[in-house]
Amino acid sequence: MAGAYSEAIQDLIDALGRLPGVGPKSAQRIAFHLLKVDVDEANRLARAIVRAKERVRFCSVCFNLGEHELCEICSDVKRDDHVICVVEEPRDVVAIERTHEFRGRYHVLQGAIDHLQGVGPDQLRIRELIARVTAGGITEVIICTNPNLEGEATALYLSKVLDVPGVTISRLSSGLPVGGDLEYADELTLGRALEGRRVITGD
Amino acid sequence: MSLYRDAAVVLRTYKLGEADRITVLLTRTAGKVRAVAKGVRKTRSKFGSRLEPGSYIDAQLHEGKGELDIVTQAESVEFFPQIRTDLARLSRASALLEAVDQLTLDREPNRRLFEMLVGGLRIIDEQNPPLVIGAFFLKLLAAEGVAPVLDGCIECQSDEGPFVWAVDAGGVRCRACGSGRAVSDDALSVSRAVLGGGLRTALELPDSPVVHEVEDFAARSLEAHLERRLRSLHLLTDS
Repeated sequence: MAGAYSEAIQDLIDALGRLPGVGPKSAQRIAFHLLKVDVDEANRLARAIVRAKERVRFCSVCFNLGEHELCEICSDVKRDDHVICVVEEPRDVVAIERTHEFRGRYHVLQGAIDHLQGVGPDQLRIRELIARVTAGGITEVIICTNPNLEGEATALYLSKVLDVPGVTISRLSSGLPVGGDLEYADELTLGRALEGRRVITGD
Repeated sequence: MSLYRDAAVVLRTYKLGEADRITVLLTRTAGKVRAVAKGVRKTRSKFGSRLEPGSYIDAQLHEGKGELDIVTQAESVEFFPQIRTDLARLSRASALLEAVDQLTLDREPNRRLFEMLVGGLRIIDEQNPPLVIGAFFLKLLAAEGVAPVLDGCIECQSDEGPFVWAVDAGGVRCRACGSGRAVSDDALSVSRAVLGGGLRTALELPDSPVVHEVEDFAARSLEAHLERRLRSLHLLTDS
């Protein structure tokens, strides 16, 4: 529908249409919504984007997103320095933080080893992780990559290259989701849940 | 017929939207099919690990309007636990999947290739013999109708050795017709055996420079045929 809108509107629609999950029709709808609302509200969105792009950067230690040289977690003195939790994306940090079960530090790989897409160790923050672990003071590395093929490949690779004396390498366990039915569990998950079962009573 | 059922091996997956994946399936009867698996990335997905690359499943699919079908059910037919717990096996299995994905066109039935792939994955999971990649790639080339010519020089038909590998021409050359990496006698006889029905014994060979020579030739020949590099093959070896 080129030419149906004036240039400014078309530019806005095109820019919105490039966002993930936004199709041409949704882009149009959002564009017209933005044109209809107060100037203030539209400016607030524009400013939020500009500010976030200017301020947000990767933490120089763990590569999580933050607004300073060190992210909030890395600069928190109350956290445990001996344990590092390795995740794929900054979103995974948020997911683990929500559990309130972990008080150590993080390391964000910014992806996972993917044979079929050609993503290798060099494209990830693995060298930096090795440096952190070999620098000393770490007693455990918990590998929290996704439980899919790419995450597993990454975990296997990390367990090989992080072979440092005195450092335990552990992997997030697999099991049954709470609230699910046993018969729907796939063989791999159920097998691992059996393997990692826990004793309720007895020795 | 909008619902159909077929055995399939998952060749690869792409993320789609928030929690879905597009799976590329090599099915036994319908050939390579692309299908959306909805919600598969959620931890409570009914599909669990069944739609990961390398899974051999019995799938129920819903025929879509366009290119994409929809996976509605998936049960494991056979699952290969070692491929997921051993990095060397995983790399090899990925190379097989990538090669098959690159060789096939959508919805062109190829039952023989399907059986070959399942056999290849099974062998990697069980014994993981050193020659498995080399042998599989040679067999793939043969199945494509471009088996390397190994009986004699590809230029002058002389069967007098010594020969050099001729990846560009699809075979070997005698020293008089060209230069290149020398072919060892053992590698030549192993490659001939693989293509000539001696696959089983060839797979029993222990790891040796000969096995690497055959694998290197087979991989480079396949890459020449595909006109692209196989990413899986070089990912963890180059670094």
